[in-house]
Amino acid sequence: MSQPAYDANEIMTVAAARRLANGAVCFVGIGLPSTAANLARLTHAPDVVLIYESGPIGAKPKALPLSIGDGELAETADTVVSTPEIFRYWLQGGRIDVGFLGAAQIDRFANINTTVIGDYARPKVRLPGAGGAPEIAAMAKQVLIILKQGRKAFVEKLDFVTSAGFLDGGDARERAGLPGRGPVAVITDLGILEPDPVTRELTLVSLHPGVSVEQVQAETAWRLRIANDLKETPAPTTEELSELRALHERTRQAHGSAVG
Amino acid sequence: MAEILTLREAVRQLVHDGDTVALEGFTHLIPSAAGHEIVRQGKRDLSLVRMTPDLIYDQLIGMGCARRMRFSWGGNPGVGSLHRFRDAVENGWPCPLEVQEHGHADMANAYVAGASGLPFAVLRGYVGSDLPRYNDQIRFIDCPFTGEKLAAVPAVRPDVTVVHAQKADRKGNVLLWGVLGVQKEAVLAARRAIITVEEIVDELDAWPNACVLPHWALGAVCLEPGGAYPSYAQGYYARDSWLYRVWDDIARDRQGFLDWMRRHVLETENFAGFRRVLAETRNAMAA
Repeated sequence: MSQPAYDANEIMTVAAARRLANGAVCFVGIGLPSTAANLARLTHAPDVVLIYESGPIGAKPKALPLSIGDGELAETADTVVSTPEIFRYWLQGGRIDVGFLGAAQIDRFANINTTVIGDYARPKVRLPGAGGAPEIAAMAKQVLIILKQGRKAFVEKLDFVTSAGFLDGGDARERAGLPGRGPVAVITDLGILEPDPVTRELTLVSLHPGVSVEQVQAETAWRLRIANDLKETPAPTTEELSELRALHERTRQAHGSAVG
Repeated sequence: MAEILTLREAVRQLVHDGDTVALEGFTHLIPSAAGHEIVRQGKRDLSLVRMTPDLIYDQLIGMGCARRMRFSWGGNPGVGSLHRFRDAVENGWPCPLEVQEHGHADMANAYVAGASGLPFAVLRGYVGSDLPRYNDQIRFIDCPFTGEKLAAVPAVRPDVTVVHAQKADRKGNVLLWGVLGVQKEAVLAARRAIITVEEIVDELDAWPNACVLPHWALGAVCLEPGGAYPSYAQGYYARDSWLYRVWDDIARDRQGFLDWMRRHVLETENFAGFRRVLAETRNAMAA
């Protein structure tokens, strides 16, 4: 059987969605994480619980939210609580299985920057800032990160560490006393990276079909570690693609534009 | 005790130059009408507080109303950057903006501390983050019982908090629902509170456990139907994503921004006037 045609964004979203287990309680960031988490809910993980920092718990939006506090999230949620309650009882209380985050920049130990590019006092680019990410990255039992691969995003050294991954690597995260396990996968438009079990350095473990190691290295500013048993990401199935495209179509109809 | 006032009168009486002002709203019920009225009245040297500054803070900053801002995520949701905020931070235009930057968990806790009459909030946070290196208001304390190192941040205590809500009754009791963000905490943390509402009714018909802000805890209640536009008011109207999208162009250029603000805000007498002129602009753009 021939594989359906798809683009790099689609396989990134599908590969990220597959990492979210059915029944997991997931704290969802807006944009790409929200797209992937909702795709998971619409395919293999119907019982995933999506929590958004604005207050909805168990949101089941038909179209993707444009903002983190869209009315559709509230209308389809099991309950809506206040933002302090989300952060105090549900996140800090230790009830989140998976934090699903995006990033502007990431380093080899999966620390992420969403604050500034350049000097903090005189930034080249002022990014939106931390939002809920530092505590999600610290507290969720595990963290998934989704972002496009590129040399400006996968940098040798972050200008600003907004949220901790494995800090300087090795057991630095545990020594710092961060409660959650930290990032378990970084899913990009080219492949999947996972932290080495000992050094915690991000290692390329899977290439999306048709992508070469050289291509991924060219889009990474540090010398990338490659897994000995490098795999190929299974291509999106017809069902995954049709659910994703239908979700984007519903989103276009709802908002007049695409999201994530 | 809440007085039912016009928004113009409420802002005139309760918002002063130099005040610490929080206009809260977590993408829902954003008090846009009140933000415009503060711009119209030319308030200056404000210390703005907000978890998620968006278009109205971009407007306040670009019009030179703000001296500093305490926040945790500043962006145009679903679109991108706030260009006036970035220009103030990156280039000091129209005046330097002192930034005090936190995370959401911290800000939410800091509002709770403010509403609770405590001097600071405590949370498990910021370990491994650079934020405490650039913000000396994020500090660490040892738990007196376990010795665990915890983050401490000063309570948010605004001089004035402004929020938008769905309904008030004629005494000024306010009912809101849907995504509530930190609105209740922000109101109770403030010395004075202004609430704009979609409608004023005889009976609130609030269900038990509903989020009701009692009139005796508020300063002013103002009738401003549509006052959260272009954000949404659950049960009343949907978000208008169009203005968020075109804001990206409007705010990108200094002169274009100033011209837009003059025509739509400074030269209109109230939010209804703003909506009327905005509709003209939109029709002209579509033609």
